[in-house]
Amino acid sequence: MTPSRSAAGAPAQDVAASGPAQPNPRRPLGRVAVRAFEVVVGLAPRGPQLGALALVLALLPFTFANNYFYEVAILVALNAIVCVGLNLLIGYAGQISLGHAGFYALGGYGSAIAAARWGWPVWASMPAAVLAVGALAWLVGRPTLRLKGHTLAMATLGLGVIVSIVLTNEDRITGGPDGMAVPPLVLAGRTLQGEPVWYGIAAAALWLAVWLAGNLIDSPVGRALRALHGSEVAAETLGVDSARWKLIVFVISALFAATAGALTAHYAGFITPSKASFLHSVELVIMVVFGGMASVWGAVLGALVLTVLPQALTVLKDYEMMVFGAVLVITMVFFPRGIVPTLARLASKG
Amino acid sequence: MTSILSVAGLAKRFGGVKAVDDLTFEVAPRTVHAIIGPNGAGKTTLLNLLTGIYRPDAGRVTLAGRDVTGLPTHRWAAAGLGRTFQNLQIFFNMSALDNVMVGRHLRERCELLPSLLRTPALARTERACRTAAREMMHRVGLDAWLDARADSMPYGALKRLEIARALALEPQVLLLDEPAAGLNQTEAREIDALIRELAAGGTTVLLVEHNMRLVMEVSHRVLVLDRGAKLAEGTPAEVARDERVIEAYLGVAEAEATEAADA
Repeated sequence: MTPSRSAAGAPAQDVAASGPAQPNPRRPLGRVAVRAFEVVVGLAPRGPQLGALALVLALLPFTFANNYFYEVAILVALNAIVCVGLNLLIGYAGQISLGHAGFYALGGYGSAIAAARWGWPVWASMPAAVLAVGALAWLVGRPTLRLKGHTLAMATLGLGVIVSIVLTNEDRITGGPDGMAVPPLVLAGRTLQGEPVWYGIAAAALWLAVWLAGNLIDSPVGRALRALHGSEVAAETLGVDSARWKLIVFVISALFAATAGALTAHYAGFITPSKASFLHSVELVIMVVFGGMASVWGAVLGALVLTVLPQALTVLKDYEMMVFGAVLVITMVFFPRGIVPTLARLASKG
Repeated sequence: MTSILSVAGLAKRFGGVKAVDDLTFEVAPRTVHAIIGPNGAGKTTLLNLLTGIYRPDAGRVTLAGRDVTGLPTHRWAAAGLGRTFQNLQIFFNMSALDNVMVGRHLRERCELLPSLLRTPALARTERACRTAAREMMHRVGLDAWLDARADSMPYGALKRLEIARALALEPQVLLLDEPAAGLNQTEAREIDALIRELAAGGTTVLLVEHNMRLVMEVSHRVLVLDRGAKLAEGTPAEVARDERVIEAYLGVAEAEATEAADA
C-alpha cells in the first residue's frame, strides 16, 4: 500500500471541495448530502482495494467444496486480523511483540471464563475480555515503551510466558492443560453456529480490521508512526511524542489480537493453553514478516500462506516441517522485504 | 527587546570531558545567530542540549519566556523550536511530501478515533495539511520533488527537505546544523538566500556552520566556541578581528594549510 495518495491536483480539489462544504443552516438535507459526499471522498483513495477485498471475501465460499475449506478460511481470516494489528506495531511503529499469542489467548479465555463460569452473555463477555486485554497491554507497554531499544520484545516475551503458565496451572478456572469448553455466540436469541455463518463473521471482522488499519496508517497518527520508525529523533524534534504513540499502537494491536482470539474461541467451542504458547507468538511475527512489514495486504497474505501451507503440506508427512522451513528460507532470500513490499517495489521500478 | 532564546550557565560533561562548559548567551528575535568553532568545540553537543536530546548537567534554557530545561524533545518542539541535522535524519520510508506533513504534526489535531474512522473533518484537515506542506516545499525550492519518494532524492534536495520539514512546524527558533555542508557553491548560495528570507519573515535562526563565507554574510551575531566554552561573541566583523578567534579557529586552519603544504 502506498504511503500517501498521489498529491497531483490536490489544490484544485481543495477549491472544489471548499465550495459545497460550507454548511447551510437552512437546508439540513443539503448538509447531509455534503457530509455523505465527504465520506465517499474520504473512502475513495482505498475504495477500490477495500471493494476488491469485500468482493473476494463474498465470492470465496462459492469455491469451497466442503466444510473443511470453510474451517481453513475462518482460521485464515482470524489469524489475518491478528497480523494486521501486529503489523501496525512491527511495520509502522518499529516495535516487536513476542507475546501476542498471550493477548490472543487471553481474549479467548477471558470471554470463555466470563461466559462459562460467571454466566455472562457472550455479547458482553467478548467486548469485556477484549477491553481487559487492552488494559493489560497498556500496563505492560507504558513503562517499557519509554525506554529505547527492544525492551518491548523482552517484556512481551515474559508476559506471554506468564500467561501461558497461568492458563496451564489455574486449572480450576481455565481447565488446565486440557483446555475448556467455550459457550457459543448467541445474538438476539439466535445461536450463531455452522461454518458458513462463522465464515461471514470472520470475513466481516477481517474487512473491518483492514479498513480500520488502513485508515489509521493514512492519517496524522499513521504518519507520526511511520516517521518515528524512520527516525525517532527527527520525529521527536517535530513534536511527535514517540512513547505515547508507540503505546497507543501497541494497545491497538493487542485489541486486534484479543478480538481474533475471542472470536476463535467461540467459533471452535474449545480453547487450550497452546494458543498462548511462545511458538504461536513467533508464528504470528513470522506471518507479518513473511507477507511484508508495513503493508496491510502483506499481513493478510502472510496469514493466508502460513495458515494454509502447513495444512497443504500434511500430505508430505515426515517431510512437512523440512519443506515448510525451505519455503520460508527461499521466500526471505528472494523477497527480503516480505512478499507484498518486494513485489510492489519491483512493479514500481519495472 | 528581550531575547527569544536565553542560555544560562549550561554545562554537559561526558566522563571527564567538558563538552559544554558554563555557557551563557542570548539570541535576539528575528536575527541570524551563528555558532562557530573548531571541530570538537561542542557545537553539536550544544544543539543536542538545545533540543532536549541531551539533558544538561547544569544551567537553564529559556525559550520565548518559558523555561524548557530538562523537557523531553517533543515538548521543545511544542515550545517553538525546530531543527535540522548535520547528518540527515530524513524519514526515508516516506514520500518527500509526507516528510514535510509530519512537520505539521503539532499544527493538526492528531487524534486516535477520528484517524481510525477517517471522519470527514479529518479528511478536510488532511487536505489543508497537504496544501501547507506543498507550500513549504515550494518555499525552499523543492517544487520538482513534490511527488518524489524521499529515498530517490539527491543530497542537496534532502538538505532543503529537512528545512521545509522543520519550517512546517512554524517554529519561533530554527536551529540549522550545517545546512550548507556537502553542497556546491550554487546550492550554498541558495541556502544563504533562504536563511535571510527566513529571518526577514520573523523566524529566529540559530546557525551552526563551517562555511565561513556563509556565516559572515548572513549572521547578525556570531558566537565562537572553543572546548565547550565561549571564546568570543559579537558581530561578524568584530569576531573576525578578535585575536583569540584567529588563534583558535583560523590559526588552526593556517597550521593545517602549512602541514598540507609540507606533506
